[in-house]
Parts: sequence; structure tokens; C-alpha cells
Amino acid sequence: MSTEQQFCTFFVDGLFFGVEVHKVQEVIRYQGMTDVPLAPAEIGGLINLRGQIVTAIDLRKRLAMSERQGSEQPMNVVVRTADGAVSLLVDEIGDVVEVADSTFEEVPDTLKGIGRELIRGVYKLKERLLLLLDTERAIDIAGTTRPV
Amino acid sequence: MGEMDDIIKEFLIESTEGLDQLDRDFVELEKAPDSKDLLASIFRSVHTIKGTGGILGFDKLGAVAHVGESMLSRMRDRKLSLNPRVTTALLALVDALRKMLSSIEMVGTEGDGDYSDVVAAVNSILDGSPDTVVSPNSAAPAQYAAASEDPGSDDVSAPTTPPETVASAPGKNLPDKEVSAMVSDTTQIPSEKHDPLASSTIRVDVGLLDKVMNLVGELVLARNQVLQFTTTTKDTTFLRTAQRLNLITTELQEGVMKTRMQPIGNVWNKFPRVVRDLALGCAKQVRMDMDGADTELDKTIIEAIKDPLTHLVRNAVDHGIESPEQRKKAGKPLEGRLSLRAFHEGGQVNIEISDDGTGIDVDRVKRKAVERGTITSDHAARMSEREALNLIFLPGLTTAERVTNVSGRGVGMDVVKTNIEKIGGMVDVQSTVGHGTTLKIKIPLTLAIIPALIVTSGKERFAIPQVSLLELVRLEGLDAIASIEDIGGASVYRLRGNLLPLVDLNRELRLPVSSTEGGGAQIVNIVVLQADDRQFGLIVDEINDTEEIVVKPLGKQLKGLACFAGATIMGDGQVALILDVLGIAQMANVVTELRSRAVNEHRAKNGESAGNRDTWLLFTVGENGRMATQLSSVSRLEEIPVNLIERSGDSEVVQYRQHIMPLIRVSALLNRPSRTQDAERVQVIVFAQGESYIGLVVDEIVDIVEQQISLERCGQHAGVSGSAVIQQRVTDVLDLDMIIAGSGMKSAMSAPQGV
Repeated sequence: MSTEQQFCTFFVDGLFFGVEVHKVQEVIRYQGMTDVPLAPAEIGGLINLRGQIVTAIDLRKRLAMSERQGSEQPMNVVVRTADGAVSLLVDEIGDVVEVADSTFEEVPDTLKGIGRELIRGVYKLKERLLLLLDTERAIDIAGTTRPV
Repeated sequence: MGEMDDIIKEFLIESTEGLDQLDRDFVELEKAPDSKDLLASIFRSVHTIKGTGGILGFDKLGAVAHVGESMLSRMRDRKLSLNPRVTTALLALVDALRKMLSSIEMVGTEGDGDYSDVVAAVNSILDGSPDTVVSPNSAAPAQYAAASEDPGSDDVSAPTTPPETVASAPGKNLPDKEVSAMVSDTTQIPSEKHDPLASSTIRVDVGLLDKVMNLVGELVLARNQVLQFTTTTKDTTFLRTAQRLNLITTELQEGVMKTRMQPIGNVWNKFPRVVRDLALGCAKQVRMDMDGADTELDKTIIEAIKDPLTHLVRNAVDHGIESPEQRKKAGKPLEGRLSLRAFHEGGQVNIEISDDGTGIDVDRVKRKAVERGTITSDHAARMSEREALNLIFLPGLTTAERVTNVSGRGVGMDVVKTNIEKIGGMVDVQSTVGHGTTLKIKIPLTLAIIPALIVTSGKERFAIPQVSLLELVRLEGLDAIASIEDIGGASVYRLRGNLLPLVDLNRELRLPVSSTEGGGAQIVNIVVLQADDRQFGLIVDEINDTEEIVVKPLGKQLKGLACFAGATIMGDGQVALILDVLGIAQMANVVTELRSRAVNEHRAKNGESAGNRDTWLLFTVGENGRMATQLSSVSRLEEIPVNLIERSGDSEVVQYRQHIMPLIRVSALLNRPSRTQDAERVQVIVFAQGESYIGLVVDEIVDIVEQQISLERCGQHAGVSGSAVIQQRVTDVLDLDMIIAGSGMKSAMSAPQGV
């Protein structure tokens, strides 16, 4: 009876995240970015995606995690949203995985802070946990409070 | 079903165009009531609506159109002549048709509005008209009339005509003779006079045009990228191809731009009707002239200026032009003149709306503004006429004595200004009391691809739209350090004798300061910009080049940043931000006073915030004598060597810009001992009033602060209007009015009294 879903996965600061495959427009390697002065800290910059200007959001900053090391270049997971494409800056890209709905569980109450707002739930895979990222909330920067 | 929808859509477009044409023709017809061509054109429009409406089963629409047609046919046959009653009935009829058409567009049916009064009005004219030759024939069956007039569509329209609606409405009085006349006419006119243009034009969806425009934008960017390579290669074939690509792209860009261009007449066409109705409503006579209706503008801009223009036209009729009696008294022709003018100039479109009415009474505007607390009375006294006239663009200000349903609510002009500024335009007003008012609007031709200046600051490139660019200033070496002066933290530069406030882009955007700053070679690049009606200089690290850029919007995460208008892609594929000049000016408080203050006032009214934020110039007089005056009233700050001070009568004067400027020692005025009695140079705050100046000698200029103050009167002093706490210290606020009055400046600087 259990249905399966496909997730595009990636790593941010050692955590394993997933976004529904149909929400992902494409995954591209590091792109030169233009800084946006005065923008919220979570904004990584602007990238040129084949003539389209896409805002890149640094997920480490968004999730209030530690800064990326100097030499590491983030990858872009470009997601489709109601307001056009937005890029999520992640550390590393994983596979597209298929998981059963039955392995889903709500976020434990002990998870506090910004993560609680942005993670919709957890899929219990054999080897590790897959955190389901709420992309709409992740890109809604004006609408949420800054991480403490 | 889809095909049917398309037919209805087509019908709606066609009918709306037809009605627009009708409006114009009606107004024309009033001038030339005998024009057979006009009558034929009007008849044709109504007939088409009736016919097609019938085919599509919109019977109510058909019925209303039908009575109109009856009346028009009679007019065409000269059995009925045009008079105001007829025109009003016909216009009411057109409105009814329009209402039904828009209802069809919205919900797919004609709606349940009752138009029997419109029909009755027409019928009563048909009945009671003395021109009626044939006696009414109430027995003539309506269905017969409706069906037989559509010879081509008999079989379709006849069965769908519900007897009761049509019977109640049209052609009770239609004599058979007339019906047959109509039949022959209607079959001929449309075929004979069919617009030849129709065959050489096609309708294109605007969405498609937008898409093509975007693609051309992309192409322009790709072209820019290719052209960058031409500087690094010597391959002649490549160079030639690139050159060709360049030319073709430019031409294509122009071509596509043209497809989106529409004559401004498309908006203006509605005005004769608006003006006519309005003039009738307020019993005025207005003649309207239009010049340059074929001036073309981008469609998006046309859309954006439609409402502001309509508002301005209504304003001109409602409180610009006087009633015939008043005009007679003033010795003007009874008929008021309203003229619209449009023309291209310097890559921009100019639109002028002028009337020969009462003009704007500057004093009344000032009084109203003072009453509302928008400006202070001494500010009002010092205002130039132009500044005062521009007060009408402030929110909440109206000069109308009473509120009518047309205007006078004071919500119009600020919206007009905001809307025009939103599309990068400017609006200005000129007026002479008794002679009329002219509003001048300047707007860019297009918004999608704009020329821009590329600058670098903090290692980032930024694009500045060329429309706000005035000039570039480059200061090198010692010049650079010497000519940028500091007034308590605010830098200014003297540009041809005027103080230009400077804004450092690095500082405003908190960019990393580039390394050259500390180096030996001092170079300062100033981009002189126009924001609102104010000029300021933007200091950037480097000025690169001008380029055509394609404006792209920013994502919603960045919408809150007022300093950026969008982004664009540069030749090397990198993204560059487009600066919003007005936004930066506001951020840096260059555009402070009037407008923003008025907005604050407005908010205060609604309980959002209170008080009056002003920029104050702080200075000292005597020991601990802190004083302040509004910076906006200060013309310049000068340092004058004592040996240049001369005497005239018993007062001190100095030669200043070909004028004799009286100097007033504030210390003497307030009976406070000056600390700088024996200094070699004195600090002078210069106030200007028209052509004349007055200088206040103070001890020291301290600072410029922006603060909200509440004035308290404690201990009356001459020359002090009150005290306030500024920067946590009690500060006396200078009573400028009194000092200027005391100097006798207004009376051509006669001998000062009492100072």
C-alpha cells in the first residue's frame, strides 16, 4: 500500500536534506555570484542562469549553521517556486532517492530554532535520516524571524 | 466551445473599438451635425454591434443597439436633426452598450441591468420629434424589423430573438419604408467603406509581444557578450560576423520596440468625451485641442499614464477653467481652452496639458499647506514660486474650495506624481494666476531596455539609469581633498558655486572600502544625479562605460531594498545591480524635506507616527549658546575673512556674488558675548531670498542632525522662536522670520532697523 516518492538530496553542514524531485528545476555547480549589498545575510547573491537572474540563498546561513570553509564552493539546487526560480546553496549533491511514505515521521519536539520551521519531517532511511526541507519557507526570507 | 469563446472575444474587441470610435464621432458630430460620413460611421458601429450581438444570442444588447440604429438611420435620412437631447440620449445608449459588453466580458452574459429608460428616452425622441414624417406605426412587428435588417444572418438571428425583450424595446414606430431603406443602406455601407487597413494588419496578443521583447533583450545581452570578445581577438571573419550581429540586433531591437509602440492618441481619444461630459456637468464651455496625438510610446507606458492623464484633464476642466460668467468678467472668450501636446525630445516623451483657466493661486496653496501643517509659515515665506506650486503634489493638499464628485479631495495629484515617477518620469507644473496652468510630464520611451552608466564601487559593478544622470565630475590630486568640504559629517562639493551634497556609495551600501582609498593618488569620481527635483553627487570608485542594459526584476527576497531598481546581466555574463537613484537619495536623506515630511504628516494623522522630522543645522553663539536653524532654509555656509567686512551705515556688509550682503552678528542680536570676537575669519550662514542674501555670523558650525523636535517657549528672546532638545541638549531655535524682517531684506535691503 505504501507509496514512494522521489527526492533530490544534498548535504548542508553534514546533514542530509531532501527536496521533492518535481520542485527541483536543475542542479548546477558553483556559479560566480554578485553580492547584494544591504541584503539579509541569508542571501548568497545573484546568479545568471542562462539570462535569468536568480537569487541564491545560502542554506547554511538560513539554517543558522556554521560558515562554509573558505575553499569549499557551494553547489546550486535551483528550485521552482511561485515567484520564479530560486537557488539554494548547498555543500554537496547527493543522489535522487526513492523513499516510502511509511518511513516518514514528524520532526521530534526536541528540534528547536529555525530548523523546526524549515524541516517538514524526517524519512528514516536505512543508513541515515533524510530531512525534508520546506522550500517555500526556506526562501521566504522576509517572512520569518532571523535565526537566534 | 473554444472556438465560440474566440468569436465572442473577437466580437468584444471589435465592439469596444467601435464604441471608442463612436465616442470620438459623437463629439465631432456636435461640431459638424450635417456630416454624412460621420453619421454613416456611427451608424455602422452601432449596426455591427447589433448584428453580431444578435448572431451570438445577446438579444438585450441587440435590442438596445437596435433603437439606436433606428434613431441614427433617421438622422442620416435628415428626418431628425442633432440637438443636445438627441446627443445625450445617444451617449446614454453607448454607455448602456458598453456596460453590457463589459458584463459579457466578465461573466459571459449581458447582466441583469435594466436599460428600458435608455430605450424609452430614444423612443420618446422618435415619437415626439417634430421631424417625424410618417406617423407612428405601432403595429410594426419588432421581430420583423430586427430580422430583416440583417439580410446575411436572417436564419441565425430570427429564431433566437425572444419576442418579449425586443418587442418591449425597439422600433415600435418604425415605418416600413424606413426599414427597407435601412436594409439597402446597411448592406452597402460596410462593404464600400471597409477600412483598407484591416487587411494589412493583424492582431497580436500582447503576451506574445512581451515574450518576443524579452527574447530580444536576451539577444542584446548575448550580443554584448560577443562584442566583448572582439577586443581580444584578431580573427577578421569573427570580427566581421560580430559586427553584423551587432547591427542586426540593434535593428531587430528597434523593430520589436516599434511593434510595442502605440500612439498616445489611443489614450487621448477618450478625453473629448470625458471633457464634454464634465463640462456639461459643471456648466462650462470647453474646447479641446490635441497636438501630437501620433507621438508613440511603449504600450506599458501608455497603460501607466492613462489614469494620471485622465486625472489631470479632469482637474483642468473642473477647477482650471472657469464658468462662462467668470470668464466674461475676466475678459476671456467664453469658451475655455484645454490643450494637450505631446512630442519627442532627447529620447523622452514630453506631454503638456494646459488650460487658460484661473491658474493656481500660489499664496492659497501655501496657506493651505501651512494650515495643514505640511510646511511652517516661515518656510512658506521663503519658498520660491516653483517650489510652492509643487506643493500641490503633496498628499492631502487640495486647493479646491469644495469637494465635488470630480475632484477636490486632495488625493489626486500625489498619486499622479507617484505613478509618473514609478515609470521613471517627471512632472512639473507652471501656472500664472488668471492665465492658466500647464502641467509638463516627461517620460521615457520604453522601460525594458535602457541606456545606463556602469560604475564600480567596492569591487562590484552597478548600473545607473542614464535618465537620472546629469554629469560626471572627476577630481584628482590635491583638488580632490580641497574641494570636498565637510559640514559636520556631511560632505559637500561646490559645483559651479552651488553646494552639491555628496553621497558615498561605498558607505551607503556598506561595501568594503577599496584599497586605493588609503593610497597616495587621490581620485574622486562623482556622478551627479537628479532625484526628484534635487541634485546630489554619488561618489564611486570607478566610472566604466555606458551600455544598453536589459532591466530584470529582483526576486521577492530583495524587493525590500529601496536602493536597487533591478538587476541586469553584463557583457561578461555576470549580474550587476541597477541603482534606484531616488531610493539611494532617500536612504542618504538627500531627498528629505517636503515630500517625505508631508508623508509623515499624513501618517501622523492616521496615528502611525507623530511629529516633524527635520534636518537642523546646529551652531554655537557665545558660551554654551547652542542654536539651530532648519537646514532647508540655509543657502550656503561661508567662511569670510574679517578684512573683507565693510560698513554701510551702521551695519556690517560684505560683497557677495555681485550683491551687498548684510551681516548680522547673532551674538549682538541676542546680547551674548561672542567667543570669536577677534578671529581672523568668521563663520557665516547665508540665507537667500530671491536675488538677495543675508548672512548670519555665528561662532561655530557644529553639526547637522535629523531629528523630530517639539518647540517650547521658555523665556522670550528676540530672534529665538523657542527652544527644543536636540542631541540631548537644550538648543534655541532661530526665529528666521524675525531676523529677516529686522534686516529689512524684503524692502531691497534698506537700512536695518533695530539690529
